[in-house]
Amino acid sequence: MKTDVLIIGGGLMGFSTALQLAQRGVKSVVVDKDSAGRHASGVNAGGLRQLNRHPAEIPLSVAAAEIWHDIKSLVDKNCDAKFPGQIRIAENEEDLQTLGQRAELVRNLGFQHEEMISREELYKLAPSLVSHCKGALICRNDGYARPFHALEAFRQKALSLGVKYLPSTRIDAIEHDSKGWRLSSAKGEFRAPVIVNCAGAWAGQVASTLGEPVPVKPGAPMLMITERLPHFIDPVFGAASRKLSFKQMQNGTLLIGGAHMAELNFQQHKTTMNWAKLAVSARTVLALFPQLKDVRIVRTWAGIEAFMPDNLPVISRSKNYSDAFHAFGFSAHGFQLSPVVGIIISQLILDDHTNFNIDPFSINRFDSF
Amino acid sequence: MKNHYSLVIIGAGPAGMSAAVEAANHGIDVALLDEQEVPGGQIYRAMESIPPERAKLLGSEYLHGEKLVTELRNASIDYFPGTQVWSLNEKLEIGLLHHDKTAMISADQVILANGAIERPVPFPGWTLPGVMNAGAGQILLKSHGIVPKDGVVLAGSGPLLLLLAWQYHHAGVKIKALLDLTPMQNHLRALPHLPRALLAGHYLSKGMAYKKDLKQAGIGTLHNVSNLVARGQSKLDTISFKHSGQIHSIETDLLLIHFGVIPHTQLSRAAGCQHQWNPSQQCWTPGLNKWGSSSINRILIAGDGAGIGGARTAEHAGRLAAFQALYKLGKITRTERKQLARKDRKWMREERHIRPFLEAFFHIPEKLLKVPDDNTLVCRCEEVTAGEIRSAVHAGHSDSNQVKFLTRCGMGPCQGRQCAEAVSHIIADANGDNKPQELYRGRAPVTPLTLGQLASLFPEEQE
Ligand SMILES: Cc1cc2nc3c(=O)[nH]c(=O)nc-3n(C[C@H](O)[C@H](O)[C@H](O)COP(=O)(O)OP(=O)(O)OC[C@H]3O[C@@H](n4cnc5c(N)ncnc54)[C@H](O)[C@@H]3O)c2cc1C
Ligand SMILES: Cc1cc2nc3c(=O)[nH]c(=O)nc-3n(C[C@H](O)[C@H](O)[C@H](O)COP(=O)(O)OP(=O)(O)OC[C@H]3O[C@@H](n4cnc5c(N)ncnc54)[C@H](O)[C@@H]3O)c2cc1C
Repeated sequence: MKTDVLIIGGGLMGFSTALQLAQRGVKSVVVDKDSAGRHASGVNAGGLRQLNRHPAEIPLSVAAAEIWHDIKSLVDKNCDAKFPGQIRIAENEEDLQTLGQRAELVRNLGFQHEEMISREELYKLAPSLVSHCKGALICRNDGYARPFHALEAFRQKALSLGVKYLPSTRIDAIEHDSKGWRLSSAKGEFRAPVIVNCAGAWAGQVASTLGEPVPVKPGAPMLMITERLPHFIDPVFGAASRKLSFKQMQNGTLLIGGAHMAELNFQQHKTTMNWAKLAVSARTVLALFPQLKDVRIVRTWAGIEAFMPDNLPVISRSKNYSDAFHAFGFSAHGFQLSPVVGIIISQLILDDHTNFNIDPFSINRFDSF
Repeated sequence: MKNHYSLVIIGAGPAGMSAAVEAANHGIDVALLDEQEVPGGQIYRAMESIPPERAKLLGSEYLHGEKLVTELRNASIDYFPGTQVWSLNEKLEIGLLHHDKTAMISADQVILANGAIERPVPFPGWTLPGVMNAGAGQILLKSHGIVPKDGVVLAGSGPLLLLLAWQYHHAGVKIKALLDLTPMQNHLRALPHLPRALLAGHYLSKGMAYKKDLKQAGIGTLHNVSNLVARGQSKLDTISFKHSGQIHSIETDLLLIHFGVIPHTQLSRAAGCQHQWNPSQQCWTPGLNKWGSSSINRILIAGDGAGIGGARTAEHAGRLAAFQALYKLGKITRTERKQLARKDRKWMREERHIRPFLEAFFHIPEKLLKVPDDNTLVCRCEEVTAGEIRSAVHAGHSDSNQVKFLTRCGMGPCQGRQCAEAVSHIIADANGDNKPQELYRGRAPVTPLTLGQLASLFPEEQE
């Protein structure tokens, strides 16, 4: 099969890139070895968070937030996106100080989205929060969406613009010759002048094939979800000195994450829950919302995501080839960035440059690797 | 309870009880976990406390369990009734809830003997209050002697339906109708298996005797019934069905349905054991070797959870699994394993004579499994209809897990227990596949666990 751009990986990064290219009239094929979004994009916590991003990511994240607020105009569906804000709670003076400094740092960079709120305002937003908290950092226009629905919307929109998608198609070998790229899979061969590596946790394999290995590590963050409860809280909660992400979804269920990792058998794509860590997550939730102790957990699961040593993604032209590009390593916070990543990669392909500063995300930063 | 056992057995039905007794008698430390408060499993329920009158009503097959229960009580087994297993993984870590106390223990070998569930079959109105599984009716009768006062309609397909009708009739319950949804073609389908079935003729004659008994009492069975619908505003008041080309209806506030039993695979799936489609039993069964070893080396599966074979087969399979566990634990040699297994293998073969016949005779019409009409609810927890599942498939979501992500079917509190099989059928049909391809991936906890209960685990673990 021949195409203009071949995109390896049918997650959000792949489809977002395909969608941007299609809007500019460029044909692409997206292939996935499994089904779309099965590992990260469709099973994540859906958090749309600018709050507490690494300074290098802030401009991308702020631009992405703008797109998410009007996501329907991009993908025809609202992806169940809601924007009740995201919060980081301060439980003591030290937390207050850390968060205060953070707010200042963001302001000094010229951004306004993060601000401190008082204890009073915090308890207005979360009346059932345990009483010892002191205040919080908030990003009022943060929120969340339903990941699988978002992925589905990106996928459908891309398809409607002529993008081709092939599930159950694993790229096994990549070669470059005078006519461009030749990729092979059990389902057949692909030819394309340009390739994009959006292979998520497997992106390191693709990068190595191109002769530019990167210190990317697969990891399996765990989530758990509870039965439905009457609505009691709006914003998404985290805490300054605890591992927590906690929100009540549109349907009343509570989604609890905390960046704790499952055991991962990467060869078999198999994850094994780490119950000791999930118990810690449960204790963290109950320390902040003790009244939830009798709430039933309905399901636990883990996704498989690419983590970088500096927790910053690789969004970059290939080191060795001018017609290959990378977008991976989102280290468990790529959902929110995905609309912008598609823009950046399509700009790199079509315009040779992008409006965003992507130096911090260059694949060359691992030269010593 | 210790933190670790050589052997942990999950389920104290015939399979689990016989396995536990055999293993303990060979001198290894065994824990037997079961969510019920008393041993016996599904069939020998309330064996130790049942009044003689009711036991008689339940028949000789029921009374057979007495010996097993006595042996269990006499053996040196750490038996923990009232214990729900909410997680099992390939490292043989077992998450359990014992009278509101949470624990996680481990084992060198696990025998999963958690039995069967009734096959959920969605049809219009099946979620109305007043529509119940026949098994639930039987449990009320066995454990508490509770019978419906205002009569009952029984509908479906499978030996249990007839058995329950007979048991109810003798307990003085009015049977308003007994509707057999087994299609006539099944007689032809079953015929080739009849000679072998006659080798286990006692099962057949028992069935015929029940039938005759009911007939004499004026309770006829309507055969070849189709188009079953349950109706009512907030609860069941009428059922309708098609028989001999005509639609009939009956007023009733209780409908007991039964479409056979299928292995309870939630734990084996959560552990990651491989499963395959069993066309004869029309259900998913774990892939096992002849000793009951699953694709996860140290997890063995015995009894109806391994594939439906009935109580006696379960008992033998339990012992075979125990021999395998003993062998792997180095307690017996290969030769001893073979010798010890001889009798059980022989009996098990004999028990199995009846199975192909039963499976063909009670083959559920494919149409009933595959094509519930668009408005029929399939996932009752998340209220997802058959139509929504079909649209998901048509939008390119071609397997159970993708359909689950998109529609939320199977994401409710029952964890897909009620809809997993039905969804895999509907998807197969919509894809034009001749058999179901995939079930939901199993996700712990398979039984309810609260945040507080989870929080009490591993108290020393820090962030
Ligand atoms: C549990 C969890 C919670 C998260 N929560 C959040 C959150 O709240 N907010 C947030 O912003 N981010 C969150 N994330 C991160 C976010 O989900 C990811 O950063 C993002 O989805 C990455 O998208 P992707 O397209 O790079 O990867 P993926 O969705 O993993 O897609 C990559 C695809 O490439 C395919 N592939 C790999 N190799 C090949 C090959 N050789 N041939 C063909 N196909 C191949 C894979 O099968 C895979 O489907 C979370 C992640 C997880 C796991
Ligand atoms: C509703 C129903 C009614 C039946 N009635 C009859 C009948 O009348 N006559 C007949 O011959 N056969 C009947 N059968 C079939 C018969 O029950 C089986 O053939 C036989 O009991 C199989 O034995 P077993 O040991 O494999 O499983 P079971 O006897 O089912 O025992 C399994 C045990 O595991 C326990 N268990 C399951 N999951 C967990 C968990 N997560 N944690 C802890 N414990 C768990 C269960 O509580 C149960 O005690 C019936 C089956 C069902 C489902």
